[in-house]
This record gives sequence, C-alpha cells and structure tokens, in this order.
Amino acid sequence: MIDWRLPRMRYGMILVWRRNLLVWRKLLIPSLLLNFGEPFLYLLGLGFGLGRFVGELDGLPYLTFLATGLIASSSMNTATFEGLFSVYTRMVPQQTYEGMLATPLEVDDIVAGEMLWCATKGLFSSSAILLVAFLLGAISHWQAALCIPIFFLTGLCFAGPAIAVASFSRSYDFFNYYVTLVLTPMFIFCGVFYPVTTLPEFAQSLVQLLPLSHAIALVRPLASGQELSQVLIHLSVLLSFALIGFYCAVALVRRRLIQ
Amino acid sequence: MSDYIIKTENLKKSFNGEFVVKGIDLKIPQGGCFGLLGPNGAGKTTTLRMLLGRSPLTDGTMEVLGLEMPKHARRVRHDVGVVPQSDNLDPDFTVVENLEVYASFFNIRGDVIKKRIKELLKFVELNEKAGTRINQLSGGMKRRLSIARAMVNEPRLLVLDEPTTGLDPQVRHLIWARLRELKNSGTTLLLTTHFMEEAERLCDDIVIMDYGAILSQGHPKQLIGKHVEPEVVEIHGELETLPKSLIRTALDRVEIVGETIYYFTDDPGKIIEQVENRPNIHYLHRPANLEDVFLRLTGRELREI
Repeated sequence: MIDWRLPRMRYGMILVWRRNLLVWRKLLIPSLLLNFGEPFLYLLGLGFGLGRFVGELDGLPYLTFLATGLIASSSMNTATFEGLFSVYTRMVPQQTYEGMLATPLEVDDIVAGEMLWCATKGLFSSSAILLVAFLLGAISHWQAALCIPIFFLTGLCFAGPAIAVASFSRSYDFFNYYVTLVLTPMFIFCGVFYPVTTLPEFAQSLVQLLPLSHAIALVRPLASGQELSQVLIHLSVLLSFALIGFYCAVALVRRRLIQ
Repeated sequence: MSDYIIKTENLKKSFNGEFVVKGIDLKIPQGGCFGLLGPNGAGKTTTLRMLLGRSPLTDGTMEVLGLEMPKHARRVRHDVGVVPQSDNLDPDFTVVENLEVYASFFNIRGDVIKKRIKELLKFVELNEKAGTRINQLSGGMKRRLSIARAMVNEPRLLVLDEPTTGLDPQVRHLIWARLRELKNSGTTLLLTTHFMEEAERLCDDIVIMDYGAILSQGHPKQLIGKHVEPEVVEIHGELETLPKSLIRTALDRVEIVGETIYYFTDDPGKIIEQVENRPNIHYLHRPANLEDVFLRLTGRELREI
C-alpha cells in the first residue's frame, strides 16, 4: 500500500539540507576537483579539438555550443547521481534516515531536503563549468549569470525521479538501468553535442518530451547571449517534472521506510 | 492525560494478511525500566516501530506520552530518545558533530546544544573523543555515543533496542550503570534485549512476548516465582553412568537438552547427593533465573528469522 497523501513542506527540509551541506564541506577539495577538473578536460579536449573541424553550430562557435550544453547537462548528472547513490547510501547501508526518523523529522522533510540538496549540488557543478567556460573564453555575456536559478531548477527536476528510483532499488547495480536507459539517452540526444534539429522529425518531437532539452533551451541562449524563446513552456516543463517527481519520491520513500 | 507513558489496547499489526502483533494490551507506567523480551519474530521490533510512528497500526489503539499514535508521531518523537539496534551514526562527522547535527533535528538552540553536549559526553565518558571521527571509535564507544545522541532532546522516554549486544563486559557494565542513573533521575526506559541477565538487572517490569502475543508480565522475581521452580541443578558428563532411578523418580520438572539434564526443583539436596562424588559427572547448582522462565515460556526450538 502506498501513502499518496500530499507531501508537506516544513522547516525540517532545511535541517536535512544543512546536514548534507556540512558533510559536503568536509569533502570539499575532492568535490571541487571533480567539479572543475572534468569540465575543463572536456572543453579543452572536445571543444578545441573537435571544434576545429566543426566550426560553428546554430551561429555559435563549437566551444560555446558544447560548453552551454555541458553546463545544462551537468545539473542533470550531478542531481541524478546524488539522488541515486548518495540517497541510497543514506537510506540503506548508512541508515541515516533511520536515525532521522527517530526525531521529529518525517519522510516528507527528508525527501524535500534531499531534493534541495541535489539541486544545490547541481547548481554548484553547473556554475563551476560556467566559470571554466568563461575563463576559456567560450562565454562572455553578463546574462550568463541568469542561468544560475535555471541550474537549481534543473537539479530539482532530475532529483525527484532519481530518489524515486533509489527508493525501490535493492542494490547500487540497479541504477545501471536508469543511467543507461534514461540518463545517457538524454545526454546524447537532447542537444548537448549537436542541435536537436539535426535529428529526424519524429525523434525531434520525442526529444521535446525530455526535460534536458528544455534546460538546454534556456541555458544555451542565456549563456551565449542569444535571444530566448518560449521561456514559459521550458520553465513549466522543468517545474512540472520537479513537482511530480517530488510527489512520487515522497510516496515511494514512505513505502520503503514506513511499513 | 493517562498515567501511563505507553498504553495499547488490542494493538494489531499485519503484513500481507499475516499478523505479527496479535492484539496486545500494554500498560507501561511513568518512571522505571520496562523490558520487552521475546525470541526473534516475537513482534518486539514491530511494536517499537509502531510506538515511534514508523509503522501504521492495523487495528487497536496506542497512546504514547498520553498522545494518540500515529497521529501525533512528531510530537511524541520530540520527547522520546531512541538507541537503535545497529548504530546509525554519521560516519562523515566527528563525535561532537554527530551530536550537534542530531540535536538540530529537534530544533534545539545552538548555545543550549553546546552545553548539553558537554554534559552528555561526560556522562558516557567520551569527552576525550569529542573531535574523533566515527570510524575511529570502537564498538563500545559507538554504542555509548548512540546513547548520548538519544538523549540530546532530554527525552521523557528512552527506547533501547538491544543496547549491549556485542559489547565487552566492561562497556556493558558501564552502560548498565548509566541506564540505572537515568532511571533514578526519572526517565522511563523501554528496553528490548535477548540478554536475560540484563533484563533481570535493570527492569522493574517485564513483558515476555512470542508470536505477536503477550505470554506473561511482571517483575523479574515475580516471573521466576510464577513460572519455574526456585532452584536448578544442571548435570552433564557421562549420563549413562547415572542410576536410572535418578531420572525416573525425580518429582520435579526435568528437561533433557542434548547432553545436559536440567532439574527444576524445590529440593536440590536430594538430587545433588545422588550425583556428587561421581567421577564422570559434573553438576551445577544455581537459583532459577529469568532465562529459565524465558525458555519455559517460549520453548527451546531455534528461531531462524
């Protein structure tokens, strides 16, 4: 039986978020290395290397095109991995939630706090790439700073489904399904590396159903100084995924922890 | 408000149609230490989970601290401390950080926390480990920290799920001493354990459960008086050299388990005079204890759960 009552948002979620922030602070150096080192290598290798052959895409130098795609997808990847692996670790082997649920915190607070945290980490990693891209000269527009709230929203959008998957996993291996069947296809087909318009038409409409396309549709023009279009549609897709994801994640984590 | 810190009526819990708690009535008064004993699968853990709002009731009612459960679970948990069966301390934090973060979940103010943590670390004798990471603590230290953590909110009720399992005698005795101190200061303790000596030493009132039902309740001494004869003689060795009459004529209860004979008796002298001075027979004469009661009530067969 699943408890489908609407989740409640309370101050407790901030306490859960804060706990994760305190842990992250202790592991700051390796986290930063990952956040800055990886995109730096990607942009250097692919952006400059491949960029020489590609030239321009959609009116952008390839380095800029790729950088803006990676920036958007990084929130997705980071929030997803936090929602899968870290949440599972705290839920099963480490039994962190077991401890939390002996305090006035409830499952709703834990899931909301974890989603905020996944989104925060997504924001950190996308911002790090933004900075690297800026230092490499791929991005020079001031309005790139407006992307930052989009990073957070993108993180929220992917956190819910990831936590939901973690809630019914029996082991870490189960995540391979989600990563291979859901995450990687989005990374490859949603316009990180090439414009979606190069896909066959049916594929284009399919890709429009996937949230990463909408995150990129916001981040790329904002970061590269192009004009935005259909802002409301993109925002509402991301927001809907975040809200529905939250609701499902709460219901499923309740099923796992409240028996 | 009722006078009981926990009160259940016809409390039931089923999973997929199978009842693991079959309508129990518990009344646990304020103060003192209450023991919940039973073999694996008796329904102890499920009862504890319902008590903390971690498990919806299938039927019946449950009041904790005078509040209806699970409706008031958050308010109840605000005033309850829990020492879990397996430690779930935060491995990324130090001893002090563990307590600070846990206290923050109760919305306790920062300056209050700091003072309280100092007292708690002293209480469990971990003040010299304040800055140590969890993975550098021994099992006994972790358990003491778990007890300190369960007390950050100054609970009225402290729930301990097998608090000394796997610990060496030194730590166990320290923990017992601390739990007694807590009891004397007015905190109500609710203890589950497989360790009968622990229950006998600490508990004022005990419930023995099995298969989801209560088998007996009372003070440890009362339970021993009610369910078993006062003295026990255990005999092992080359049992075939014993006169057959010894086994046959014993008036009292006799149990044979593997290579050992247990005589439960009011008059141990009669048996001892027949078995002493036999070269290949060893015997042990002791007063009956809670473990005898436990085995009498729940049987000797193994529980593989």
